[in-house]
Amino acid sequence: MSATLTRPAGARPAPGASTASAPKRNRGPRTMWKTALGVLFTAIMLFPVYWMVNVSLTPASEMRSTPPSWFPFHATFDGYTQVIQQQLPYLGTSLLVGLGTVVLTVAVSAPAAFALAKLRPRGGGALSFILIVAQMIPQVIIAMGFYAIYLNLGILNQAGGLIIADSTLAVPFGVLIFTAFMSGIPDELMSAAKLDGASTWRTFTSVVLPVSRNSVVTVSLFAFLWAWSDFVFSSTLNSGGTSQTITLGIYRYIGNNNQDWNAIMATAVVASIPATILLVVAQRYVAAGVTAGAVKD
Amino acid sequence: MSNTIIERPEAAPPAGSPAVDAGPPVRPSLKRRFRADQLTAWAFILPVVAYLVIFYAYPLIKNVDLAVRDYTVRSFIDGTAPFVGLANFVAVFQDPTFGPALRNTLLFTGVSIAFQFSIGMALAVFFFQNFRLSSTLRALFLVPWLLPLIVSASTWSWMMNSDSGVINSVITSFGGTGINWLTSPQWALIAVIIANIWIGIPFNLVILYSGLQNISTDIYEAASLDGANAWQKFWRITFPLLKPVSAITILLGLVYTLKVFDIIWIMTKGGPGNASTTFAIWSYQLGFGSTLPNFSPAAAVGNLLIVIALIFGFLYLRVQRKQAQ
Repeated sequence: MSATLTRPAGARPAPGASTASAPKRNRGPRTMWKTALGVLFTAIMLFPVYWMVNVSLTPASEMRSTPPSWFPFHATFDGYTQVIQQQLPYLGTSLLVGLGTVVLTVAVSAPAAFALAKLRPRGGGALSFILIVAQMIPQVIIAMGFYAIYLNLGILNQAGGLIIADSTLAVPFGVLIFTAFMSGIPDELMSAAKLDGASTWRTFTSVVLPVSRNSVVTVSLFAFLWAWSDFVFSSTLNSGGTSQTITLGIYRYIGNNNQDWNAIMATAVVASIPATILLVVAQRYVAAGVTAGAVKD
Repeated sequence: MSNTIIERPEAAPPAGSPAVDAGPPVRPSLKRRFRADQLTAWAFILPVVAYLVIFYAYPLIKNVDLAVRDYTVRSFIDGTAPFVGLANFVAVFQDPTFGPALRNTLLFTGVSIAFQFSIGMALAVFFFQNFRLSSTLRALFLVPWLLPLIVSASTWSWMMNSDSGVINSVITSFGGTGINWLTSPQWALIAVIIANIWIGIPFNLVILYSGLQNISTDIYEAASLDGANAWQKFWRITFPLLKPVSAITILLGLVYTLKVFDIIWIMTKGGPGNASTTFAIWSYQLGFGSTLPNFSPAAAVGNLLIVIALIFGFLYLRVQRKQAQ
């Protein structure tokens, strides 16, 4: 893109000759149909999300009507009342587990990434390799191992155990994101801190971490979202006790009162709130997280 | 595994020590400095290594242990589980579920990726044209990917409900006959594949879009001067230049799709019968699906899944490394 901008003006092809570069500047009525098409695609893509909201507002009496009501004309908040009455503890647990996972993930992965990026440890390459491979191991299998271990230790059905299990989703990812980001921090910054007499730890906490704010946000965001969305670990390691998560709350709803889709969808809407907030507030971090590690440049 | 890594800094000096002894007095202090730096570096890394050993390596080893023994719920209590070697694996191979599970895993993964990738690619090219609202709409496309899987899966279950689902309602209003998406053997797998494609499109879109950003616009301008149309530009420029990114996207997609569990479990539980049972589902069914768990065969299936995932994983790493060079 920058190449286009730095080109001498004379080298630009005549208007209309180029379709690939022209749209960057040409935002006139000619692109209106593209916007319309884009809106259509997005509407189709987001239809299930709309439907979830629609059903969450549909009264139980209309739930089985054919054809289904496409718009919530007779909106009811019964479903949401049920969520508040029954699901608040689940939501609380999920929040706690999510935040715990964020803290554990950042605490474990940021220092390691700092060392990998800046301190040139021997065997660092091997460690990075192991971390990438670790991401490829199916969760169901880790859950099985954890189950056997937790059963022996007697820590099944506890939030702490779930936090540890959920963090396995995010720690390898965290190290890789932090390493990629911290590699870009100029060495001069660290040398300056060293000249001022700062220890390596001090350099890490007072210089590197503040500069890496963005990657901390990205990693925390994904760690939270994955922990919040987790179903495999919740259903295997934490399905008995008092502190169950919201994903399990939804799952129980589906299992128990199969008819009450109004309440199920209301819970689903509430469970989607963190994702929605994060997308609105931190969209660029989300995109950064998706592409990081997959495309190198 | 961690031991060998940690000991490396210690192990390295002896090999070079003769040279150090013979050298000028500055050398040892440099060496010591180097060693101190290495110690500092590893002090930072130690938590993550300990973490990996305890929470990755140990569960995995436990999993292999489960697979080569005959574990029952009793075994966890009294600690007795006879060693049976590969008997669990043989039993899994001979199980009548093995054939369908293999077929379903291949179909689920292959079809999902084919559609996710081609739709993702088409959308990436479309949104790359940078029309009004394009970046906002592209951001909205991320929503399905960010929703908890249980939310997406339960929404799709209700949409695909035979009697009251909106999809059948649309089909019948166009004169078709409703489909038993989740309850008929010939449609269950297709139903979960559709939901999975929907969830995977954003990931493909975002990665391929970032790949498009790295293609120089000069090439397109040159092609335009030569009179290439949009179709030719895509197949002669975009597609070939996007091959490295495409390879990465597809391989990552393979690794992720093999692991998919939540969607299928919530929508069909692998049924009806085992019409939508994949390896991940089968493993879970054996281990946690009934009141009498079969941990050992479950672990055996799980280990097969790991092997398949790692094959694609290493392929991914090879491709990525090749591209880095």
